[in-house]
Amino acid sequence: MPRNGLLIQYEWCTGCHACEVACKQEHNFSDGMVGIRVDELVTTSPDKVHVDFVPITTRFCDLCAERTGRGESPACVKHCQATCMTYGPVTELAKAMEKQPRSSIFAPK
Amino acid sequence: MAKSKEKTVISTLWSAGCGSHGGCGCEIFVKDGKVTRVEGDKNHPFNQGRLCAKGLAIPQYMYHPDRVTHPLKRIGERGEGKWQRITWDEAYDTIEKKMKDIRTKYGAESVIFCQGTGRDIGGPITFLMYAYGSPNWVQVGLAGHACYTPRLGAMFATQGHYSVLDASQFLEKRYDSPEWTPPKYIILWAQNPAAGCHDGFFGHWIIDLMKRGSKLIVIDPRSTWFTSRAEVHLQNRPGTDGAIALGMLNVIINEGIYDKKFVDKWCYGFDELKKRVQDYPPEKVAEISWVPKELIIKAARLFAKNKPSAIQWGEPVDAMPAGSVVAQAINHLWAITGNVDNPGGNVIARNSHGVTTYPFSSAELTKLYGAELVKKLNEKRIGANDYPMIKGFRGWVQPDVLIEQMETGKPYPVKGAWIQTSNIIGGQAADPRRHLNAMKKLDFIVCVDLFQTPTTMALADIFLPAVTICEKESFRSWWQPLGVSVKAVEGVGESKSDWEINLELAKRLATTPIKYKTVRELIDDRLKDGNTNFEKLKAKGCWEFPPEGHNTRPYYRYDKGLLRADGKPGFDTPTGKLELYSKRYEEWGLDPLPYYEEPKESPVSSPELYKKYPLILTTGRRSPVFFHSEHRMIPWLRELDPYPMVEINDKTAEWLGISNGEWVYIENTRGRVKFKAKVTPTAHPRVVTAPHGWWLPETDGKAPNLFGTWDYNINNLTSMGNQGKSGFGGTNYRSSLCRIVKIKGGKE
Repeated sequence: MPRNGLLIQYEWCTGCHACEVACKQEHNFSDGMVGIRVDELVTTSPDKVHVDFVPITTRFCDLCAERTGRGESPACVKHCQATCMTYGPVTELAKAMEKQPRSSIFAPK
Repeated sequence: MAKSKEKTVISTLWSAGCGSHGGCGCEIFVKDGKVTRVEGDKNHPFNQGRLCAKGLAIPQYMYHPDRVTHPLKRIGERGEGKWQRITWDEAYDTIEKKMKDIRTKYGAESVIFCQGTGRDIGGPITFLMYAYGSPNWVQVGLAGHACYTPRLGAMFATQGHYSVLDASQFLEKRYDSPEWTPPKYIILWAQNPAAGCHDGFFGHWIIDLMKRGSKLIVIDPRSTWFTSRAEVHLQNRPGTDGAIALGMLNVIINEGIYDKKFVDKWCYGFDELKKRVQDYPPEKVAEISWVPKELIIKAARLFAKNKPSAIQWGEPVDAMPAGSVVAQAINHLWAITGNVDNPGGNVIARNSHGVTTYPFSSAELTKLYGAELVKKLNEKRIGANDYPMIKGFRGWVQPDVLIEQMETGKPYPVKGAWIQTSNIIGGQAADPRRHLNAMKKLDFIVCVDLFQTPTTMALADIFLPAVTICEKESFRSWWQPLGVSVKAVEGVGESKSDWEINLELAKRLATTPIKYKTVRELIDDRLKDGNTNFEKLKAKGCWEFPPEGHNTRPYYRYDKGLLRADGKPGFDTPTGKLELYSKRYEEWGLDPLPYYEEPKESPVSSPELYKKYPLILTTGRRSPVFFHSEHRMIPWLRELDPYPMVEINDKTAEWLGISNGEWVYIENTRGRVKFKAKVTPTAHPRVVTAPHGWWLPETDGKAPNLFGTWDYNINNLTSMGNQGKSGFGGTNYRSSLCRIVKIKGGKE
């Protein structure tokens, strides 16, 4: 079995939190428990303030084993409003990443 | 497996639950009569499988322990929080009797019908109101009617029809449609589209377009995700957007970079506009707006020289000192560059198939209810006779006039209120205390809602439990596609749909018999204009676009004779052209050309006050996890945005000795509220921004606390009575003066 993960083009993440609530709903997680979390990054260059968001998987992410087992996308990937997340084998994601804007790969399990 | 028993219902979202204006296709998963999950529908062209945080939290909203699921009657004083469960029969009987008594004694017009934001509620509420015989449909307390109506009115006057940025939403194949092309430049004017689906526009379409090459020009006092990615960021002083629009028009006209062919053939009044914009050279606009003149020129040139380009605008435009005037000036920007009803421009937006779900304009009201009724009702509609634009364009009450009338009883008293899914006190109303005091005196108030709110707690005599979008049948034609919402489960407890409630009461209260036996009959009757019905649409996956050649389908309809009733080419305006000099404004006693008006309260217009209150306050900053005052009780959402936060610049905060996360007071001449400081360089050093609609459902709901609305609702710092000449705009929601004060010891 290849190792699967998430490729996130965080260049496009707007911080809308859909992935977090999709995850909560899918797993019916209690307060504080979630498989993905979005962080805001504010940086400043001399003439401009930049706002970026970065989703990070947590220890509770199981890559939606039940959903992907049925051939569906993980809940966060499906609902990402910026469609900036891809699920698949990490080797393929790494290949795809060569041509992506600012991105990261998470292999949470 | 338990999963096998689950069924899926395809539907359309636009009502309580997710809350918002959207129109997302969804899959509702149902097991044992309960909704277990709500997901996006991949086959729906609107959202293409995606869904926002609010949509994904619907199950938690539906089955929340605090949801009110039975009719209630108040048994203590208003605000005491003493309720008794009653049957629907008792509720209906009481309402019928009280409303008939008021009508007999004072006339039907003395009952106001109050809604909040524009979603499917506009249909049922007007249906009941006209059956009862009242003309008074109102968003109570919405100062200057500052939510889309000023923009719609300006577009109606200028073009005869409304426009929206073309993100291919009018075509079923969306981004793959051969006739469509993305805008080269998008001006994001005073809106954060990542936070929601404002005015029926799926916010993340902007990101889809950016991926397809659209570049951004952003006009926003804050630095945001969008400004970080913009080619030009005009970081303006709140309230000065009208000056910026006029300055850009000045550059485009004087440099001759407008679309001459389009202007010559299709526009009226160019010379007058040219003359007017000479009053707004970029140097002067720079001084007014704080935006360097080079950036104003750059933005104007990029927009004009790159066709197609389009403008996506937000509610702050409506809230400007002269909202309908600022909107007119911005409309002129896409007009003189020929970006009207062209692929990738500002495409004409009409209700799909010509179906009316929500009778927005006077024209639609006339279509549904007849010219005679509309004329008769206009005579008594509150504010209509003071403001010809309101009378001539749309069937609303002017809210600033209403509050005075509620207080004075002149020219006639207001005695009752039907409040349907609207949190007046904790949400839209400017000066909520004034509204509470005025409304407390009313003889009879019904609230239809899903949760107790500051408004229902303070005012309701009868509380009727409404359902979410997953528990009802509804239909949507705003703008496209035409869609239906399917009832996935029965109403939780005894709750009922707005349409069901209003149809039942309309039957009891109507002066002429109601022809519909069921809600389905009514929906099918309204869908007749689209040559379809509920079952047909449901079978198609709940949506349908109009056929080729239909006048609610783009493009270039002004050239094809598809915009005017007489079938001639041109625009549906008095001159048949797109009016840069507005004949309708002239007829309404307004300046036919755009101009700039300074906010009433600002460093320029009130310098003495500015010494005491040295920060500009702009309210209504959107959160992607809440819709207006809704959702604060939903754990999945509240966890992501737990406190009311005022954004304050890091250097300003340092100077004030305020640290990140500290509770502070925001104060002005009208009061003070408590917010947590979010100290951030994204805030302009002289501007603070606060979200609206904050209350704490976890605290005591009884008066005087009313869920903390007096402490956390930023609208306690706003006021009524500042409306513009047209009756629209002129509020201080978006531009007023304040100061931030440390709470001693950092504690409340």
